[in-house]
Amino acid sequence: MPARQPKPFQPQPWRDRRIEIILGNLLRTGVLLSAAVVLCGACIYLARHAHEPTDYRVFRGEPSEYRTIPGVIQSVRNGRGRGLIQLGLLILIATPIARVVFSIVGFAIERDRMYVAFTLIVLAVLLYSLLGSGIGL
Amino acid sequence: MTFTILEFTVIVAIVSFVAGLLGSLTGLGGGVVLVPLLTTFFHVDIRYAIGASLVSVIATSSGAAASYVKEGFSNIRIGMFLEIATTFGALLGAFLATRIPTSALAIIFGAVLLYSAFLSRKPRTEAQRNLPPDLLATRLRLNGNFPDEEGLRYYNVQRVPAGFSLMFGAGALSGMLGIGSGAVKVLAMDQAMGIPFKVSTTTSNFMIGVTAAASAGIYLSRGYVDPGLSMPVMLGVLAGSLLGSRILVKAETKSLRLVFAAVILILGLQMLYKGIWGNI
Repeated sequence: MPARQPKPFQPQPWRDRRIEIILGNLLRTGVLLSAAVVLCGACIYLARHAHEPTDYRVFRGEPSEYRTIPGVIQSVRNGRGRGLIQLGLLILIATPIARVVFSIVGFAIERDRMYVAFTLIVLAVLLYSLLGSGIGL
Repeated sequence: MTFTILEFTVIVAIVSFVAGLLGSLTGLGGGVVLVPLLTTFFHVDIRYAIGASLVSVIATSSGAAASYVKEGFSNIRIGMFLEIATTFGALLGAFLATRIPTSALAIIFGAVLLYSAFLSRKPRTEAQRNLPPDLLATRLRLNGNFPDEEGLRYYNVQRVPAGFSLMFGAGALSGMLGIGSGAVKVLAMDQAMGIPFKVSTTTSNFMIGVTAAASAGIYLSRGYVDPGLSMPVMLGVLAGSLLGSRILVKAETKSLRLVFAAVILILGLQMLYKGIWGNI
């Protein structure tokens, strides 16, 4: 039966696959790094605030030290556990973005201009959402 | 009743662990039950719950990617092409989430849960084999192959515009509700585009992380991502889903799916009730 198949586009499977494996490992490393940072932050946070009451009933929004990248970095410098947790979450958000950046390289190696363009569009949307949201301020 | 921070962290971490484990074992995703659980039983404001769930969605997607890649089923071109739709959708969803009332969010969430429960009970229809190549899909180089019992199996992607539009909707729901919206992705990739199940599952897992990242920045900058709440949710779901992907209890999955679908159904009804009676 395979002989009757229409000739499909062959994206050099071994190369595609090697890129995918690198990307998969990149993602896993990012997630484990992020989890480790969050865990460190959790220890500091719990050691200091374990017996305080929680209240998430009313939405107040986070203070700016947990809403922007400079704010998070500043609160990590101040030794805040929650700052460290937010840093871990920022690493987590950055992991899929790093994957998109590496995909551009992968498609460029394959000289697939159309997919380099597609990937650049996705990256632009991601950067727009990050920078446009004021997270970098 | 109010918890201390320690009690709250431990209980939420355990609940998230179980949700991640069941979500991964049944393939229904853990994120979808977290928001209703957090809002119903822990009285967390839905916006904080959505922020925490979104973060956990990125963690499970990226954590599972390495093991999915080894199987060699995912199609990075389909993934990247459809990510254009899902990321734009996610931007719109995150934008809408900050503007529509929380009761409306709850109603939409309830509807998505009911649909997921319904979909999980429907027998899976495997994509038709040997479909003729579609002109647009061929131009976009979406057709591919994957290893099968009989050697390499080729597939031709169908109805690209319909799939692309549905993926935009999936992205919008993901951005609005902080979920992976696997149910809509199944609709788009399996039903509309005729992509074989193994390929669509692994490819959509890849896409979920990127889609969620597109709205996560907006949520974080708006102050929806609380560190004290996101920490146990993210760590719990990640640990649960990693464990779930390692233990393969094939015999149990059927009854497990039934139980989990029932849980999703009940939570969906509850979210609808809360949304309609303004109880959120």
